[in-house]
This record gives sequence, structure tokens and C-alpha cells, in this order.
Amino acid sequence: MSRKNTPTIYLDHAATTPVDPEVFSAMEPYFTEHYGNPASIHTVGQKAIIAVDEAREQVANFLGCKTSEVIFTSGATESNNFVLKGVSEASKIDKPHIITSTIEHPCILDTCQHLEKKGVEVTYLPVDKEGVVNTKSVQEAIKENTILISIMYANNEIGTIQPITEIGEIVKKTNQERKNQLIFHTDAVQAIQYLDCDVKKLGVDLLSLSGHKFYGPKGVGVLFVKEGTLIEKIQHGGHQEYNKRAGTLNVPGIVGLGKAIELAGKNHAQNSQQQKLRDLLINNILKNIPDSHLNGSNKHRLPNNANLRFDRIEGESIMLHLDFEGIAVSTGSACTSGTLEPSHVLLAIGVAKEQAHGSIRFTLGKDTTEDNIKKVLEVLPLIVEKLRKMSPLK
Amino acid sequence: MTNTYSQKVIDHFRDPHNMGSIDDPDGVGEVGNLACGDLMKLYIKVKDDKISEIKFETMGCAAAIATSSMITDIAQGKTLKEAAKITNQVIADELDGLPQIKMHCSNLAAEALQKAIKDYKQKK
Repeated sequence: MSRKNTPTIYLDHAATTPVDPEVFSAMEPYFTEHYGNPASIHTVGQKAIIAVDEAREQVANFLGCKTSEVIFTSGATESNNFVLKGVSEASKIDKPHIITSTIEHPCILDTCQHLEKKGVEVTYLPVDKEGVVNTKSVQEAIKENTILISIMYANNEIGTIQPITEIGEIVKKTNQERKNQLIFHTDAVQAIQYLDCDVKKLGVDLLSLSGHKFYGPKGVGVLFVKEGTLIEKIQHGGHQEYNKRAGTLNVPGIVGLGKAIELAGKNHAQNSQQQKLRDLLINNILKNIPDSHLNGSNKHRLPNNANLRFDRIEGESIMLHLDFEGIAVSTGSACTSGTLEPSHVLLAIGVAKEQAHGSIRFTLGKDTTEDNIKKVLEVLPLIVEKLRKMSPLK
Repeated sequence: MTNTYSQKVIDHFRDPHNMGSIDDPDGVGEVGNLACGDLMKLYIKVKDDKISEIKFETMGCAAAIATSSMITDIAQGKTLKEAAKITNQVIADELDGLPQIKMHCSNLAAEALQKAIKDYKQKK
């Protein structure tokens, strides 16, 4: 694909983030210098296990949990597979029941569909037009055979923040009156950089996260497993990770994730700056581009997420024209998803198919500047106008 | 077959040829589906059994826009018989290929032209 030689304005931080230079330099020695296997008893191996222990402590500090409750994985897809499959398998109930929502990430939804084929019952809770799960509907969906509730902390497409603490309260209260204890999981992938992820405050038993969404490396994630939670391992082999997840540890990745999560905790303070820039973007688009609309909630929204739709045009075309200008975003259109269906999240909040195709997601990051946003506001109206001129819909 | 767009697709997408409508067309062909995110309208003028003018309006992805632009280049000046024989494959080949996923959803141009020719013949 041809691109102009313009510097990139990267507004796709929900897809991935650049590795922070501080994170990268923390990782570097663990490739060629301290290359040991943390399972080895000799000095070379010990250097690696010390580093992994430190990273585990950084994660535990951030989540407010014990180090023995932090399990390193290959990323959130693995963590989420682990949760759904591992909890189902550990359950002694005949036909276990899982409650989740319609707007979860595909690694939850696809795994749930797989489990349904194996005899697991799944309830997919609808969301309102802002993308929020109704806590009452969670309560009502709980049945005798329910084993697990899995609701994402913040949505990757429209940034909607779910009432996790409230759902945690419901789970806690319900568990006081039942033998078959409910397990509560949240996929916190998009939340780490922006929200309080203290697992005790949230009231969760399981929490998934992924390094590369908060300026850490790709290919490494975490599953927080509260002590005593019934979960079967899904990857067998060695005794790594408290015998919960086999496989040689990705030492440089784990070191990087540890450093990144430490920095994320410190960076929560600059959320308001990103929110200010995001509001500048949203308000000016809505004001200056006719027939444009915000997808999702105004209030319950990650500070870095703006998802908008433009009537009568298609998202991939908008995205590519922005790319020609050196601006990287993503779209809810079918055209980039590998399927013919537009975003399941946009459909779930009641956006019509044809409008979902015309949606663009901007996700800001810690290095996004006001000039970046002004550049978008300068070129986007022209792109929309050009594509509308081309459209047969007037 | 690749998964990215060829330079030709990008060129046609950025600067499409024969974009717009014809005020007094001899034939119009419309294909696509709003729910799929692709909609294409092709306008033709016919003179001496040949396509003398052709224009398009398309809402869709880069593939939809590039194939629309390409068919106007290919069909211009052809007899109706020749033009009706243009296939989606020919258009894709002329664009140096399309990503596999786009071959069926966004490659609508040949169908639109056949509809425009049919419309012309019915009106005649």
C-alpha cells in the first residue's frame, strides 16, 4: 500500500501501543545477557527467576493481590480461553452455565460458542444503547447451574466502562446464600492504562490483561487467579506458574509487562489530558461534519476512546484516506474484519448495519498531542465530503 | 492473490475515474446492499450501439470504489455486446488482483454494467 512520507499520527492505541523506551531497556538484557530459563537452578537461571519475581510483584502491586495469584500467559486471548475452558472443566455441575455479554471481545464470544457445542449453557446479556450491561439483568440471569460470570471492564470498540464493582457486589451477595459458588471474571485489557484495577475493589476472582495495550510488549499477558478459585489448567506440561500454566516463561516479555504496568499505575494521572483531547475531537467532529454521530456512551467511556459514524459512507474508505494523510485509525466496517458482518458491538447497541459500516474508532495515547487532533479535524471533513460526493446515497 | 491492496487499486481508489452521475442517462444499473456496506450505481450513455459515456457513484470500501472506476475505463467506447462480456475477474485482473475476501463482496461492477445495459435495452 502506498503511503505519503508524512509522520504517523497514531490513533489506534486500543489495537496496540508502542513499547515504552523505559520498558524496552528493561527487557533488553533478558534476550542475550540473562537468557537463562527461570526453571533452572543454576546462577544463569536464577537471574531470570529473580527478574520474573520482580515483574510478578509489579503486577501484584498494581492489582492489589498476592504474587501467587499472578499467572503469566501469552496474552489476553489465552487468559480468556483459560478462564472459560478452565472454569467449565473444573466444575462438577452437569450442565454448567456461563453468563457473559453480547459485546465481549471475540476471544470470549468465540470460546463461549465452542463451549456451547460441548454442552455448556451460555447466556449473552444484551446491553443498552450506550453499551452498558444492566446489573439487574446479571442478577436475573443467575441460575442454579451458573458457575461463571464474565463481563469486560471496558469495551475495546466503543470504550464503554461496565459497572464491574456493582456486579462484584451482586456476586458476593449471591454467593453468601449458595453452595455452588459463582466465579466472577473481568477482561480488563482496555482498562489497565485508565481505570482502577484493584481486584478487591472490583470484587473479581479472575482478571485478564495483555501487555501490549499499555506500552508493554506483545505476546505476554496475565491472568489473575484469586486464591482458591476452581479452575483447571488448559495447557499441560511443566510445573510453571504454580502448576497452573505449563510452558517456559517468556522472560523478556514478562519483565517488560512488569515495567509497563508499573508505569501505567503512575500514568493514570494524565488521563484527564487525553480526555480533554478526545472531547475536542468528538465535539468538533459532531459540530463540523453533518450527519455524524457518536457511538456509545458520553459518560461511561474510556478517556481515550472516540467512536463515530458517518452516514452514507463506508468506514474502510475513510480509514484509508486518513492513512494517506499519515493518520492511523480503525473501523467497525466489515471490510477490515475478515468477515462480511460489521462490528457485533455496534449492532448490539442498536446501530443499523449500514451505519455500523460507516464507523471509525479513534483511540488516543499518552503521546497524542493537540496538534495531532487538529490535523484530524482539518482533513476528516474533506475526506467525508469527498466520499459522500462519490456515494449514490444523497 | 494477496491480502493487501495493489498499487493500482490504491491509485483508482484515491483518484477514481469517471466519478459522478449522468443527468440524462440511457441506462442505469444499481447493485449492492446497504447492509453489506457496498452500493454501486452505474450510468451509461449509448451512441451507435457503443458506450459513449459512463459514470459511477459508489459507497463502499477501496475495492468497491476501485472496481467501479476500473470498469468505467474498460467499458468506455466498447460495443454493448463487448461490454456485457466484461466479468468481475477481468476487472480484478486489470487491477492486479484483489484481496480474496473482497472478491465476492465488493466486486460488483460487472453486474452493475450488465444491469445498466439491460435497462437501456428495456427503455429503447
